[in-house]
Amino acid sequence: MAAALAIPRSDPAGATPAAAPADALLRVENLSLTRGEKLILDDVSFALKRGATLALVGESGAGKSTIALALIGLLARPQVGLDGRMLFDGADLATSSERDWLRLRGRRISMIFQDASSALNPCFTVGAQLMTPLRRLLGLSKAQARKRAVELLEGVGLSDAESRLDAYPHQLSGGMQQRVMIAIALSTNPELLLADEPTSALDVTIQAQIVRLILDETRKRGASCIFVLHDLALASQACDEIVVLYGGQVMEAGPAETVLREPLHPYTVGLKACVLEIDTEELEPLPSGSPSFASKRPGCRFAPRCASALEKCAGEKPPLIETRGRRLACWNPVA
Amino acid sequence: MADVTLPAAGLRRRPATLAGVWAYARSHVWFLIACAVALAYVLAAAFAPWVAPHAPTDQDMMNFMSPPAWGPHLLGTDSFGQDLLSRTIYGARYALAIGLGAVAIGAFGGLVIGMAAGLSGGAVEWALMRFVDALLALPSLIMAIAFISILGQGVDKVVLAVGVALIGPFSRTVRGDVLQVKAQAFVEAAGLMGVKRLMVVWRHVLPNVIFPLAVQATIRVSYAILVSSGLSFLGIGVTPPTPDWGLMIAEGRSFVSFAPWIAGVPGAALAILLIALSVVGDGVREQFDPKLKKEA
Amino acid sequence: MSATSTDIFRLLDVEKTYDIGRASASLFGAGKRRKLAALDGVRLTVKPGESLALVGESGSGKTTLLRVLLGLTAPTDGRALFREKEIAELKGDDRDRFARDVALIYQDARGSLNPRMTVLDLVAEPLDHHGLCPRAERRDRVAALLQRVGLPAEMMGRYTSALSGGQVRRVAIARALASNPSVLVADEAVSGLDVSTQAQLLKLLRDLQRDMGVSLVFITHDLGVAAYLCERIAVMYLGRIVETGATREVLTAPAHPYTRALLNASPKFFAPIAEPLPGEIPSPIDLPKGCRFAGRCVEARDDCRLTDPALRADGARAFACLHPLDRPRALG
Repeated sequence: MAAALAIPRSDPAGATPAAAPADALLRVENLSLTRGEKLILDDVSFALKRGATLALVGESGAGKSTIALALIGLLARPQVGLDGRMLFDGADLATSSERDWLRLRGRRISMIFQDASSALNPCFTVGAQLMTPLRRLLGLSKAQARKRAVELLEGVGLSDAESRLDAYPHQLSGGMQQRVMIAIALSTNPELLLADEPTSALDVTIQAQIVRLILDETRKRGASCIFVLHDLALASQACDEIVVLYGGQVMEAGPAETVLREPLHPYTVGLKACVLEIDTEELEPLPSGSPSFASKRPGCRFAPRCASALEKCAGEKPPLIETRGRRLACWNPVA
Repeated sequence: MADVTLPAAGLRRRPATLAGVWAYARSHVWFLIACAVALAYVLAAAFAPWVAPHAPTDQDMMNFMSPPAWGPHLLGTDSFGQDLLSRTIYGARYALAIGLGAVAIGAFGGLVIGMAAGLSGGAVEWALMRFVDALLALPSLIMAIAFISILGQGVDKVVLAVGVALIGPFSRTVRGDVLQVKAQAFVEAAGLMGVKRLMVVWRHVLPNVIFPLAVQATIRVSYAILVSSGLSFLGIGVTPPTPDWGLMIAEGRSFVSFAPWIAGVPGAALAILLIALSVVGDGVREQFDPKLKKEA
Repeated sequence: MSATSTDIFRLLDVEKTYDIGRASASLFGAGKRRKLAALDGVRLTVKPGESLALVGESGSGKTTLLRVLLGLTAPTDGRALFREKEIAELKGDDRDRFARDVALIYQDARGSLNPRMTVLDLVAEPLDHHGLCPRAERRDRVAALLQRVGLPAEMMGRYTSALSGGQVRRVAIARALASNPSVLVADEAVSGLDVSTQAQLLKLLRDLQRDMGVSLVFITHDLGVAAYLCERIAVMYLGRIVETGATREVLTAPAHPYTRALLNASPKFFAPIAEPLPGEIPSPIDLPKGCRFAGRCVEARDDCRLTDPALRADGARAFACLHPLDRPRALG
């Protein structure tokens, strides 16, 4: 594992990200992840305050979903090598045993998946799937669990909740299935909710409903939420913080407002330029390309696609530095 | 090697190249060993006259029922003084020929019936599939016995009987694949372009059905060998003195308590071949059938 | 007749209902036969060189409309015409011409390409089928088509399983262009891709449409895509067109509350997430009388639940709403 991680760290002593606030619920520090010869995550650091929402954005292969899976302990180990720390309320998730995870997963950290139709088991009713965590994790009686389940379904805006309990997932629309998933994820009042592209399979009108629902419900509970998104506009609407990833490296991170209003990294600029709004006249798409995950390659992974790349960019990885209200890893930032 | 795209069952396939098979073999030692064993059988069968120390029906009356030992009869002899090693090697010829022949008949019949049923739909499909159900209602061995009783004994008859008995399962698979392929967008797209129905079948449906069928066939070879050996063992398959394993086991059965090698040698040969073929078949399927592919 | 004869597609009050069997009130009680109206009186024209976006939620009838346009489904009522001829009844030369003239780009581009054919064969299939190109020039033509969609000619020998999602879509576009069609019909052709890939494809499609002068019928649920790609838009809801007109006008000043709701729901930088449209698109079985959007409409009044509004023209625009939203009167 150590051999595969022979990457020059910018500054091992001062590697702790300066942006990490003291009251952080979650602090991911220098997280690196290898799968075979590939370095999937390369020195990722970010922090999340209690009650805040954070967006992980980037194209496919950026490592967004991998981070989410790491945070809920669903990475197939020992096939992957993990290095760095993921401090959740002071405890390091990176070194958690499966026993520790049983106390965390579903109780303090929950996840909503992209495709609710495959995340829900088609063989069991919605009620059975919703009541299982209530009874197993919270130790409610059957009657209590049923009552709570109805409340939860009403909470996520399902009309006629009582009878929905006996419905099978296929009898519900995609939007309703996602609502059930949210109800299940929230049933144990987790402190951290991970939402992996929760709306990309849904219509825009339903997308707005679901995102609002997630935000309202987490806010109500004082929980933090990490969204995995590819839509920058949605990220700007839904999240306080944003982490822009490319090929497993953090390109730019900080308050969503700051980063997206005035992006400094050429990749963030490029991604933003790809977003279509109603009044978009011209598109300037990023050139095609996909990142190399070769662990031996030094330098910024975005460099081969970057229009403003310098010679240095391919040879030396830019450190993630604090600048203009955000953290930025770029040798040649925009303006 | 990028242009050698081998097939996958179903449609959501990954490109399977010879290089991919090699990579798979290298990471799966048992698959590699099984391939080597199967290859050894094939070579032994092909070059039996050169490999076998004796002719299969040569009788060494001085040494009948001699146990395996270093000497002229490495694996011993049977009650007629025939060399067991030689007979087992020649037996591989029959086993493989019958297995492959029967599977070829079954696969071809299954392809015809399955394609016809899957493409026609309606009453024709119904009738064909009820026929297939009838074939499937009895175990293949019973079915083969029934056919043998009509056709009579002999190697060619066994091939035919076992082959016909295999048509049922093959038809089902093919029809399922046809229905799946028919629902694919590229079939509709060809229709939209105005491509004639027969051409659509030939260019778009058939190739996507044949390859999963080939994978199926590799798995069923071992089954066909087992059924044919069963027939011979029951004395209704191949006739003596043909060096057929099933027959050899049947002959050795009476001496099992004091000369276990007579049944044991062909039995072991059969068991090893069947295990090797199943491991190869599983490997091929795992490589080509994405449904079984584990997420990386 | 002469005025409209240049229209490529003309749909006249097209209806498509599916019989979905009996409602099973009980196991033995005979329920009444139920009909599902996938399309309910759609009127639409597509002119040469024009780009039209069909937008709406899933279940709005976009896909059925597309199948009618392609002749895959015959309308139960009304007429669907291609160059003044009934699409479902095209035969012989007309059918061949239709097949050459109308190309479809599927939503599932990978599924629309035979996995056992190389890129060369896939792109050349329309050429071969329609006999558009001598055997000797086949490779060159395919190379030119691939270049047109931004793919290197070396890709010819590959199978689609070895290509990325964006590349597969480009192959599908190249194949659609092969027969030199006058209309491209695209069904969600850029959904499910990375934003950068999506942006590249949209730019490509717009350039192709403008340079080659082909008509484009683009089905999407993304208003941003519709605005970027298409001059005209038709917003669909439950089997009907509820608003249509020039895309920019419709989207800057929607007349129908549903169009406004769609607009509000699409993500916008830094705007707070708007109050979402309540509920979901209802099932198109046993629709209530009155406006079919009334149940979700924040503007609905009493008469909306009684009178079913027809699509009425207002200058170049048209909408089906009893109480349209206020908008600047300057245009139209």
